[in-house]
Amino acid sequence: MKEYKGVLVYGEVAGGKLSSTTCELLGCGRKLADELGQNVACVVASDAPGDSVAEAGARGADAVYTAELTKDAAGSAAVHVALAAQAIAAAAPAVVLIGHTALGRELGPRLAFRLGAAVATDCIDLQIDPDSKTVVMTKPVYGGNALAEFAARAAPQIATVRPKAMSAGEPNPSHPAETIQLAAEPATEPVKVLERVQEEVTGVKLEDASVVVSGGRGAGGAEPFGTVLKELADVLHAAVGASRPPCDNGWAPEALHIGLTGKIVAPDLYVAVAISGASQHMAGCSGSKTIVAINKDAEANIFLEANYGVVGKFEDVLPAFTQKLRELLTD
Amino acid sequence: MSDLRMVVCCKQVLDPEAPPSSFKVDAKTMRMTLPPDIKQVIGQYDEFALEAALRIRDKAGGKITVLSLGNNMARDVIKKSLAVGADELVLLEDAAFEDSDSWSTAYALSKAVQKLDGYDVIFCGRQSSDWDAGQVGAGLAELLGLPVVTLARKVEAVDGKLRIEQVIPDGYQVIEVDTPAVVTVTSELGNLRYAILKGIMAAARKQPIVWTPADLGLDTTEVGEPGRRLQLNRLFQPVKEAHCEMVEGENAAEAGANLAIRLREAKLI
Ligand SMILES: Cc1cc2nc3c(=O)[nH]c(=O)nc-3n(C[C@H](O)[C@H](O)[C@H](O)COP(=O)(O)OP(=O)(O)OC[C@H]3O[C@@H](n4cnc5c(N)ncnc54)[C@H](O)[C@@H]3O)c2cc1C
Ligand SMILES: Nc1ncnc2c1ncn2[C@@H]1O[C@H](COP(=O)(O)O)[C@@H](O)[C@H]1O
Repeated sequence: MKEYKGVLVYGEVAGGKLSSTTCELLGCGRKLADELGQNVACVVASDAPGDSVAEAGARGADAVYTAELTKDAAGSAAVHVALAAQAIAAAAPAVVLIGHTALGRELGPRLAFRLGAAVATDCIDLQIDPDSKTVVMTKPVYGGNALAEFAARAAPQIATVRPKAMSAGEPNPSHPAETIQLAAEPATEPVKVLERVQEEVTGVKLEDASVVVSGGRGAGGAEPFGTVLKELADVLHAAVGASRPPCDNGWAPEALHIGLTGKIVAPDLYVAVAISGASQHMAGCSGSKTIVAINKDAEANIFLEANYGVVGKFEDVLPAFTQKLRELLTD
Repeated sequence: MSDLRMVVCCKQVLDPEAPPSSFKVDAKTMRMTLPPDIKQVIGQYDEFALEAALRIRDKAGGKITVLSLGNNMARDVIKKSLAVGADELVLLEDAAFEDSDSWSTAYALSKAVQKLDGYDVIFCGRQSSDWDAGQVGAGLAELLGLPVVTLARKVEAVDGKLRIEQVIPDGYQVIEVDTPAVVTVTSELGNLRYAILKGIMAAARKQPIVWTPADLGLDTTEVGEPGRRLQLNRLFQPVKEAHCEMVEGENAAEAGANLAIRLREAKLI
């Protein structure tokens, strides 16, 4: 049997740089590899790689597998599955790390089934078991109501990793890395993208915001998202977010959806308004430094998760809260 | 085109929207439990997947087969699929299917799909509402050599192909795919319709088809726990301690103002 060794990170590129999630994967991958006394490899396959190949080296990759893609190929998960399989055949890694991102959610499982391997998805912790030297993969299950620890029964051990769950570490530009070219993988699937509709994000980007103001089903309609919640967000230079029901009901765009199946945010301050604090929602915001909850139900689960809370109807609480903030912040 | 043969994979799960405090792990069996009065349900995303198939049939006709794998499935729960209009229910039901992971589930489902008399589309939920794995749809596609389109919010049959709106970060894209194909469905597709009385009565009369591993040509070592590729070593609930400082006032407005003052004092703003 082939010996599997080292860690392979499947990188993603955004705006000519490694995505922040890829940096986190490299930080985590480097730690795991150092513990095993092994190497880190990284795949950078993009239509616009910019500086990301050098960046992968600086962030700890000893080898970078590259592929120049067309724009269409870069957007095709099938192409990335084939490239990842090719890189795994070349590098024979013991561990494969993929971001639990739009791409990774499809890439991880497809790769695992293609290789006959096991994947644990949406992991928040990865540790080397000191005895077996295999990876203990920890993932929230039951919507975040429990954690499960998994081990792979087949090689390589593949994990998709939740964004913002790992720390990226500092880059070291003098870290040496060799570059290896992957062969082109044509898109062969009968899948055609006819049209792409992307909403322009105005104001603070949700994933990067240091303050997030979120509204839930208790908002009762679209109106508060355009008025009281937005006014509060403006005063705090915050991004507006939402739990799932407002997005499902069309009160807020899907891009604001936070949680297990939405975006993951980890701001300094998260203000949850009329949100009950279901585990699936908290999965997307529990990494926040401080959580503030405003809810009319004193028994709401959100108060078990929050640092500060007010029991009351948001219609009554928010205008006074926003007004007072305005005063305090202009002093 | 001739009528689409659609397969929808539905899993019976503990109600994911039960209050968080009611979920308790049985450490010995490494299984999650809920109080017995909380009924099991069809996974949320699986319901959306079933709705996707029903909408296609509303417009273009076709046949819907629901596939569900498990053991001791509550008939009233899974028969909801028939009550809302599925044509046929096939249960992969046997003690040997217990404690499956996404691998052993997808493997057995792939055999069941091949035993059906043809298929054009296989619908899955984007992820199961218990283990939140999000693997079976992609897994079926790989095992059967089919294309997969994930995170569908709208699915239509157009000129012998499927036209799918796929959710992408900050928007969506319109994708056209040949059949047969696998489609995984996300919540924006919309809720499953309610069953009407006629449907409930028809469902009561229909008997599900039940297949065991042997019916699928599967050895018991290939299914359930032995067929897993991902070993479960521990299931636990970290203890959470409430640490919430409640901010009060004469009335709700004053509490709001006090909250601002408190956050300022704590240097959080
Ligand atoms: C597999 C799966 C994945 C999921 N993924 C996600 C996800 O990614 N993100 C997500 O958010 N959810 C997700 N959910 C849904 C989740 O389980 C909850 O149903 C959802 O988060 C509830 O949203 P909510 O708190 O806004 O609504 P509710 O639970 O209905 O809570 C509304 C709250 O508003 C309060 N309220 C009402 N009126 C007022 C008022 N006037 N003033 C103040 N408070 C008021 C109520 O007291 C209540 O606490 C998922 C579910 C499943 C099964
Ligand atoms: N036991 C099962 N029976 C039928 N369908 C299933 C089963 N498990 C998973 N599925 C389908 O596969 C999807 C993804 O499951 P998972 O990979 O477990 O998250 C679910 O939403 C279902 O559509």
